[in-house]
Amino acid sequence: MEAWAAAAQEPIISVIGLKKSFGDKDVLRGIDLEIFPGESLVVLGGSGAGKSVFLKHLIGLLQPDEGNIVVEGVDITVAPPAECLELRKQFGMSFQEGALFDSMNVFDNIAFPIRRHTAWSADEIARRVRECLGLVRMEGIEDKLPSELSGGMRRRVGFARAIALQPKILLFDEPTTGLDPINTAAIARVINRMHNELGITAVTITHDLNLAFGIADRLAMIRGGIIIAQGPPDEFRASPDPYVQAFLNGEVPADEEEIL
Amino acid sequence: MGWLDSLGRYTIAVLEEIGRFFYILVQTLLWAVRRPFDLSEWLRQMVRVGFDSIPVIFLTTMFTGMVLALQTYRGFERFHAEGFVGSVVALSMTRELGPVLAGLMVAGRVGSSLAAELGTMRVTEQIDALYAMATEPIHYLVVPRVGASFFMLPLLVLVGDAIGILGGWLVAVGLFHANTVQYWHSTFQYLKINDVTSGLIKAAFFGLILAVTGCTQGFYTSGGAEGVGRSTTTAVVMGSLLILLSDFFLTKILF
Repeated sequence: MEAWAAAAQEPIISVIGLKKSFGDKDVLRGIDLEIFPGESLVVLGGSGAGKSVFLKHLIGLLQPDEGNIVVEGVDITVAPPAECLELRKQFGMSFQEGALFDSMNVFDNIAFPIRRHTAWSADEIARRVRECLGLVRMEGIEDKLPSELSGGMRRRVGFARAIALQPKILLFDEPTTGLDPINTAAIARVINRMHNELGITAVTITHDLNLAFGIADRLAMIRGGIIIAQGPPDEFRASPDPYVQAFLNGEVPADEEEIL
Repeated sequence: MGWLDSLGRYTIAVLEEIGRFFYILVQTLLWAVRRPFDLSEWLRQMVRVGFDSIPVIFLTTMFTGMVLALQTYRGFERFHAEGFVGSVVALSMTRELGPVLAGLMVAGRVGSSLAAELGTMRVTEQIDALYAMATEPIHYLVVPRVGASFFMLPLLVLVGDAIGILGGWLVAVGLFHANTVQYWHSTFQYLKINDVTSGLIKAAFFGLILAVTGCTQGFYTSGGAEGVGRSTTTAVVMGSLLILLSDFFLTKILF
């Protein structure tokens, strides 16, 4: 847990001066952030703060206007596509609503990346799929279609699919949005288990504080397209930044009061 | 300067649309030759475009052949040229009506469903998920769909040509009591192999156009369920328009 704090460690991902606009809207205005191997980093931010946009840059779903993203020493903003594709196999990403392929059952969904990128036998694939489902506590639903699952189950199957190829880095895009508190707690537990048992680096974006403090080794806050605060949970809680305090206490920040 | 502003915006939107079409087309061609070749997906799409379209094509071309015979018979009667009805039906079906009608019907049936399918996958992040799993969405989704359409449309048209000619024969012989032997003779008298093949080449192009249009619209969908609806409509309208426009130029080149 203190792994990241052991300092002097090389970051697994470095984001340097990341900028992105859509039309005349500047969403990211210079994000600087380092992510260390084995840590669980949670990026907090209000709705529309650019959290999702930030996360999508890490895996190359979006290209930055300016700035660099260095993953394991490779700058993915300038690397050739083939190298990026190779690098992307080290990532697993879980999407907001799971993003399962609704034409396939749960088994085929989880087997998809394995069949795509390995030459494993049917037995090996079946074993790996069971293993992944076991890790998210979803055994025995291999034959179900995504449409037959609840929102929480769909997300957990999404997790299972994300870890199928044993990635080094897991990205979670708002894993608990729209879930009830009990499901949220279950998701937090599953994320912790994956993070601890697999020793994976996890990056989660959310505005759900229960989830955030339940899984984070370190937190960062995005506002107005930049990181305004970061640190381990205790330090982060004690942050002097008024916006962070307003966010943590569920208040309207002073500088937004006149808008409302 | 309001009108200048909106004219500029409109021009940019049109250029963007054209750019997207050709981007997807070129990417599809580039990815088509790369491994892995997903045979089961190709097969599934070929069944979807080809086999599942047979009933629609059957009815469309059957009735077109029938009405063609009906009209020409009535017209040709006036100058005692009923003997040429078979030729007219055969030539019109193979050269023009077979490919164009099949193209339009499949644009409505398949182009729309491609746009809706890919559009839904886009708005539910399934396309992003593919990409995140180091799978190029164009390669996995678009290539087999466009390929299936390109190869299946000529086959559908071949079937449609035959059924249309059969429909003409039904009307001529059944309704106007034409002589069967004479009718078949007239059908094949002026029909050259080139009439059929040029129609099939057109059909392949129409298949390419309607599938790329449908996939492009789906691929660039935004704005949830409403966006999917918009993409589906645009796919059919644009697909049909492009088929009719390109028909003229293809005909000019091929004949």
